Amino acid sequence: MAQSKQHESKPHLVEEWVGKVYTALCILFLVVTIFSMVYFVASKGLTTFFKDKVNVIDLLTGIKWNPGGDPPLFGALPFIFGSFSTSILAAVIAAPLAFCAAVFMIEIAPKFGRKYLQPVIELLAGIPSVVYGFVGLSVIVPLFRDIFPGQGIGIAAGALVLSVMILPTITTIATDALASLPSGLKEGSYALGSTRWQTIYRIVLPTMLPALMTGVVLGIARAFGEALAVQMVIGNAPHIPGSLFESTSTLTSAITLSMGNTVMGSTHNNALWSLALILMTMTFVFVFIVRWLERRSKI
Amino acid sequence: MKKAVLLVMALVLTFTLAACGQSNNGGTNGAAANNGGQAAGGASELTGSILASGSSALQPLVDQASKKFMDQNPGVTIQVQGGGSGTGLAQITAGQVDIGNSDVFAEEKLDAAQAEGLVDHQVAVVAMSTVVNPDVAVDSLTKQQLVDIFSGKVKNWSEIGGNDQAIQIINRPASSGTRATFEKYALGMKAEDLQGSIQEDSSGTVRKLVGETPGAIGYLALSYLNDSVKAVQYEGVAATEENVANGTYPVWAYEHMYTKGEPNEVTKAFLDFMMSPEVQDSVVVEMGYIPAGKMQVKRDVEGNITK
Repeated sequence: MAQSKQHESKPHLVEEWVGKVYTALCILFLVVTIFSMVYFVASKGLTTFFKDKVNVIDLLTGIKWNPGGDPPLFGALPFIFGSFSTSILAAVIAAPLAFCAAVFMIEIAPKFGRKYLQPVIELLAGIPSVVYGFVGLSVIVPLFRDIFPGQGIGIAAGALVLSVMILPTITTIATDALASLPSGLKEGSYALGSTRWQTIYRIVLPTMLPALMTGVVLGIARAFGEALAVQMVIGNAPHIPGSLFESTSTLTSAITLSMGNTVMGSTHNNALWSLALILMTMTFVFVFIVRWLERRSKI
Repeated sequence: MKKAVLLVMALVLTFTLAACGQSNNGGTNGAAANNGGQAAGGASELTGSILASGSSALQPLVDQASKKFMDQNPGVTIQVQGGGSGTGLAQITAGQVDIGNSDVFAEEKLDAAQAEGLVDHQVAVVAMSTVVNPDVAVDSLTKQQLVDIFSGKVKNWSEIGGNDQAIQIINRPASSGTRATFEKYALGMKAEDLQGSIQEDSSGTVRKLVGETPGAIGYLALSYLNDSVKAVQYEGVAATEENVANGTYPVWAYEHMYTKGEPNEVTKAFLDFMMSPEVQDSVVVEMGYIPAGKMQVKRDVEGNITK
């Protein structure tokens, strides 16, 4: 202790230096990880087009996926369709619920809401996806089978399972957004004689709309990348379905279903990497949408 | 205080980097980790390590047998990983593992050149039975009927003598070894994925869906059969161990354990142990496989059967 008092300036220099190096290393590590992953998936995914001579357009727009056929066909449109339809439908189901939950927790019953309800909803995020899938397979699928024509398996079951999974993401972001609203706006609205409902409907929600949409897009991105739970309830037939209750596939379920069974380097395996590349590209698109929404934020 | 924080941060960084280095190692050159296998020890004591990977259907069997083997040879460590037949075959050709487990002949998945140096060890036989939902009133299906069902020509059970109920196919993914076996020996052709058919990877899920879905048909390894599904006969022959062994029931496949070239001492000892009565008569049977030694018929890659 006595020594460090004598040279007071020195330790601070060392600390700053160590801190700089440490943070720089951390950021370098992250950047290297991200770039090597992008490079890895891209190099594998593009092999399909360069080495195996599969046409890009055929892969993106073909509706027949038959890697074992003669000639093998790699039409990934059913998977792309399945991924988009399940995740967007999931967001359509989850978003209104999440917004209402957020409004309740922030505007209507702030104390009770933030103290008890938010932790409960966030708990949903901690449940492993295999549990969601199993619940979906054991509860939702038989229920749909009894009510609707078809086998209960399909986009509807997948979207319902996913909507519960992304509910915490959207709710948390919506709650934070509503909480960050400057109180002056609300007070001004009340001062002009608006009711609570008018304030929420005309002031709070429109102002925070970009932030709420950020939550929705992040939810869609999460749903887009979810594999296991969806795979268990969607049926995995490589076709564009005729109804919401007919077996279909998503990009993720197609990858997980066949990745282990195919040999590294075979055309089938490379085509799966191409699906992974599409998946990754879509995730980047979602991230850009989120950045764009954040810039549009009115606060 | 600050020093403590720094120390913690430094430790975290070290561990992160160390973990990263380790996982890289495991991913790219797993072979380096088990060089010990080559340096087998003294005359009586076996030492070394074996890394096996591949078929998830074969994994529990190899895993059980390896536990027994390790109990008898404390100097040996055996690690059994899953990942699928394709993974196992790819890793054994690349020399990343000592044993590659597969449900299918290597020649069916790999190019002839790649499959060249691999040595096949057929440790067990797995038979598959067609299964239907218990409410389906059909007890036996012919090959032609199965082909009609799986190619979508027959869509209702009433067309082949059952009750009026739409047929729901519960299939496996196109890359699956189980599906390859079923298509090759039960259907005799490659079936396309039909609109509305369901594909599941795990036998447990297939059994659950066949058991619950009205009019469902699928296929399962004998070890997965239970009361929730109904096994139907193939051309009037029931899928029993006896019928498989004497060659009257054709829908079966070998479980392969491939080595690259001749195995080293430890791996050879383990493969010999797999074929010994100690494993064949206990673990193999308990797990629902048929011991390779009981088979009265043999089959080669092309599917030719010899007595």
